[in-house]
Amino acid sequence: MGQIVYYSSTSENTHRFVAKLGLASVRLPVDAGSEPPQVDEPYVLVVPTYGGANGKGTVPKPVIHFLNNPANRSLIRGVIAAGNTNFGAAYGEAGKIVSQKCAVPLLYRFELLGTEEDVENVKQGLERFWTRSH
Amino acid sequence: MTKGKPNMNVHVKPLSRIRAINWNRIQDEKDLEVWNRLTSNFWLPEKVPLSNDIPSWATLTPSEQKLTIRVFTGLTLLDTIQNGVGAVRLMNDAQTPHEEAVLSNISFMEAVHARSYSSIFSTLCLTPDVDDAYRWSEENEFLQQKARLIMEQYDGADPLKKKVASVFLESFLFYSGFYLPMYWSSRAKLTNTADLIRLIIKDEAVHGYYIGYKFQRELERLTEARKQEIKDFAFDFLLELYDNEARYTEDLYDGVGLAEDVKKFLHYNANKALMNLGYEALFPPEACKVNAAILSALSPNADENHDFFSGSGSSYVIGKAIATEDEDWNF
Repeated sequence: MGQIVYYSSTSENTHRFVAKLGLASVRLPVDAGSEPPQVDEPYVLVVPTYGGANGKGTVPKPVIHFLNNPANRSLIRGVIAAGNTNFGAAYGEAGKIVSQKCAVPLLYRFELLGTEEDVENVKQGLERFWTRSH
Repeated sequence: MTKGKPNMNVHVKPLSRIRAINWNRIQDEKDLEVWNRLTSNFWLPEKVPLSNDIPSWATLTPSEQKLTIRVFTGLTLLDTIQNGVGAVRLMNDAQTPHEEAVLSNISFMEAVHARSYSSIFSTLCLTPDVDDAYRWSEENEFLQQKARLIMEQYDGADPLKKKVASVFLESFLFYSGFYLPMYWSSRAKLTNTADLIRLIIKDEAVHGYYIGYKFQRELERLTEARKQEIKDFAFDFLLELYDNEARYTEDLYDGVGLAEDVKKFLHYNANKALMNLGYEALFPPEACKVNAAILSALSPNADENHDFFSGSGSSYVIGKAIATEDEDWNF
């Protein structure tokens, strides 16, 4: 079973969601100036969107820097997007952008810190996802 | 001292100096992030072609028009409170000068929201009908009770309870009202008005997120006992507001048979308000199954939920190209 790589700002919303999954995970640095980690096994990326839209600044800088490393990029298998439906078409947009740029599926979307139902869906979904195809 | 003559014997001791804000020395990066988000979202009602909704407005029955005007008047009341009292009281509790500046932006945008409803009225409605609705807003017990419950907290002494009230207003209490323009939009009515409301909905999401974030930062510094006290208060207060909100909803929407549908939207948003405060959702999933047409009017395709996991995601396609302007992608 692969791991989770995720970004969470100081709001800790995404961090709380990932903690509830109880899976092996790597948190990307909050500080955009920090050196991104390098991973060596397949992973699913969890990435939040903080509203707005218009493309620019939608994907958090530490996520861009992490994916710029070809070794990291070669191991991404899917994306899970966090967001808020209040942002309309931009709901979970960072997830859509990464999914499209890396040509991997957008597996799931949830709002804010996610509900218990979201946690269950993602836990079970990831288990099937990793046994089925990878 | 003699009137008009300065008393030279009084020494003004600089107990606390008055400091100029410095945006190049940030204590909390979230202040700058949210400032940038809010200022880049800035808008005015004049940018929305509301007059294109005049033919559509004429297709609503008199009772549907009355309901719509009342709903928007109720929303105006909440925006008025948040503009003149809520955000202003929170400024007194600000921990950084930048937080104060962000709150001043929030206060102003609430004034823009309140102003927008009047633009809708002057474009679509007859003055006597609008005047009737304003009278109604002062007399409706549930609307007045909602305002009173929030004002009690704003007038209180507890900075944390003020933030709880503010997040509940921003992320929960507006939604009995926001439902209606989403409903009309899902039936291809008042679509320009709905576009304007969507701008408000985006702003409120950032406001709820930011005030909730500041609430959580303050909470971290407290003892477990005090944390529990605030949490108990928040859940009790939410239920008190909810009871009133359910009756407000029935009062408004029973006539058009939509009350139960609106309540699902209330449950869904109440959960999001709690999450903005860092708390778990309260209403169970089955109570939060928002009508797909409403959810879709709010966020296109949100109801699909990209359920790749369940195996039913046969419709899944990797999204079409989205423009990204960030220069630091290397691929």
